[in-house]
Amino acid sequence: MEGSQAVIKCLKEQRVNTIFGYPGGMILPLFDALGKDSSIDFILTTHEQSSAHAADGYARASGKAGVCIATSGPGATNLVTGIATAFMDSVPMVIITGQVDSNLLGRDSFQETDIFGITMPITKHNFKLQSAKELIPLLRKAFALALSGRQGPVLIDIPKDFFYADIAYPENTTENKAAKPDADFIICAAEAIDEILKAERPVIIAGGGVVLGRAHKELIAFAEKYKLPVVSTLMGIGAFPNDHPLYMGFAGLHGRKSANYTVAEADLVIAVGSRFGDRQTGNIAHYIYEKHFIHIDIDPAEIDKNVHSSIGLSGDMKTILNLLMQREAVNNPDAWWKTLKKHKEKFAYEYTGKYDVPNIMHHISQTINKGDYAVVTDVGQHQMWAAQHIRRRTPRTWFTSGGLGTMGFGLPAALGIQLYYKNKKRVIHIAGDGGIKMTGSEYYTIAALRLPIISIIINNESLGMIRQLQKVYYGARYFSCNFEYKMNYVKYTESFGIRTYDVHSMDEFVEAFSNALALNEPQAIIVNAGKAFVEPMANTVSGINTFVNF
Amino acid sequence: MKYQIAILAENKPGVLTHVSGLISRRAFNIETINAGYTEENDVTRINIVVNAYNETELNKVIHQMAKLIDVIKIVNISELPSINRELIMVKVKADTPAVRADIVNIANIFRAHIVDVGHENVVLELTGEQEKLAALIDMLNCYDILEIARTGPIALSRGTTPIKNM
Ligand SMILES: Cc1ncc(C[n+]2csc(CCOP(=O)(O)OP(=O)(O)O)c2C)c(N)n1
Ligand SMILES: [Mg+2]
Repeated sequence: MEGSQAVIKCLKEQRVNTIFGYPGGMILPLFDALGKDSSIDFILTTHEQSSAHAADGYARASGKAGVCIATSGPGATNLVTGIATAFMDSVPMVIITGQVDSNLLGRDSFQETDIFGITMPITKHNFKLQSAKELIPLLRKAFALALSGRQGPVLIDIPKDFFYADIAYPENTTENKAAKPDADFIICAAEAIDEILKAERPVIIAGGGVVLGRAHKELIAFAEKYKLPVVSTLMGIGAFPNDHPLYMGFAGLHGRKSANYTVAEADLVIAVGSRFGDRQTGNIAHYIYEKHFIHIDIDPAEIDKNVHSSIGLSGDMKTILNLLMQREAVNNPDAWWKTLKKHKEKFAYEYTGKYDVPNIMHHISQTINKGDYAVVTDVGQHQMWAAQHIRRRTPRTWFTSGGLGTMGFGLPAALGIQLYYKNKKRVIHIAGDGGIKMTGSEYYTIAALRLPIISIIINNESLGMIRQLQKVYYGARYFSCNFEYKMNYVKYTESFGIRTYDVHSMDEFVEAFSNALALNEPQAIIVNAGKAFVEPMANTVSGINTFVNF
Repeated sequence: MKYQIAILAENKPGVLTHVSGLISRRAFNIETINAGYTEENDVTRINIVVNAYNETELNKVIHQMAKLIDVIKIVNISELPSINRELIMVKVKADTPAVRADIVNIANIFRAHIVDVGHENVVLELTGEQEKLAALIDMLNCYDILEIARTGPIALSRGTTPIKNM
């Protein structure tokens, strides 16, 4: 069988039905084989970076490995930001790049780059093929690695001549065995319960690992059993129902005050699938002061990496949470809850219906929580406002670039997510006027496929988050953050054939959004908002329950 | 602190790059690194000496390295009873019979081998622990050292248990 055909056969064996990518000389044999096979949908994006983000979005929504393909040289290097984004958020992906013929390697041949070397630090693992007969075993291994343990992107670089080579298709002999928790582990779990029962002011931090570990049901049961308050990280939004009485909000640098106070005052932090990133903890010395930590994570290397924990439990999240529920809840959290309820009341956000971004986000939240929707954001102020004010109840309905914070992620990711959800969930995409100019070309693909994404552009005529940083840390010396030159975003999105609403007031937004929801086609809403600052903003030097004054 | 680490890895292209890349990415300095086949054909043993602030910091890197797909086993040999050796070759200028005789003497004292002699130079080879090598170089510094090549240390733990079974 020809190498390229074998690759297609293997992709089908791995149950891949959608691939994102962009053609070029060294990957053309694979395109030729893809073209002859109608059982895999191929999505041509407008840029390789978008192929990667779209495959990433597809993976975040589906839990399957997202697949993207690109050619050597510039095609491969264009993928880099997308791969790094997926790596930082532990998203399973398989990336196939074409490479120059094996006999031309190492000669600076046309479009030869060492993508193996370039992507080494931003992939879970990568392969540089040495012979055509490795093609199928390594492709299978790439899928297995991407999806096992702590998930992540795996790249496989294939010299073009291997696609033409005649290879035997090896039988698939891999089997999955689930590991049983060992004795040590069970002892640690018992100690962890002791700590929990002993704690006066415990809190759970729910991270993206809960979503990836499919453990949200166990998390709810665990929190309910011991009446533990729950905060979520940026990546953990949706891991715990945001309307649950035990939920204290999104915590972190721009977290809700109720959530940040809960963490700051806690004597025991139970981190579930969260890595104590610096956006979560702020100043680490303040953060750990007089606290105990129980750290639960799939990745043993995360335990004690950023914060030293008294108990680290590394393994399958569901198994661990189940182990932690095998004791009677003899703790008495009443006094702690009295404090927490006060925080909830004191720091509740007052939605006035005024025309500003928090109220817009609130309106979106109220509206979409009546149905099945997924929210995808870009990076910047609008992202933080969305995280603060849009409530999510179930996992895989909130998508954002957390670890890398990649502007331009949103629109192509929305494409991948909508392709996966089809008509089961509609995607609401929220971007800033800066980020949308980075990957806005993807409106072309979205329009061409008539994907019913509703794209909301928050136009504050600035790189709002940069403006905010310059205000706080650079004496309000605003430089290269304001868009003095005006462009017409309405005409821009319309030029792709996307119906667009131009909004200047709350009433106009409410009307535009309701019209957009009523129509099953791609649409854009340009929200012309003034410049403002995202509050709260925790003071990174003095602790997450101290805040910057604007 | 310097730590001697032994890594068993699958003998695949890029293994050394994966390992060394990770160490430098995590902001550690590699003092020495060497690699070679082992008693098993497809297994490479990589011996590294790294400079780490303390054992906690070292363990973080060890955990990260354990995650590398091709890494089979990784052990901090420094914390085990072990034997540590390095091989060094030193080329010294010896253009008079007197100097040559001196150097042969020094070699004998250190039990170093003279592995090459030319009209104007000799090459010494010595295997041993690092202090011993340092002492030899110190002595030879009184003469004109032309060139030094060294392997970097390798280490084996004492007892019957190979590190792959630890
Ligand atoms: C690719 C990339 N470049 C630069 C940054 C730094 N950055 C973070 S937020 C931001 C501004 C985003 O502006 P906009 O998209 O308009 O969103 P806003 O903050 O105004 O809501 C920038 C430049 C980044 N996160 N990603
Ligand atoms: Mg903006």
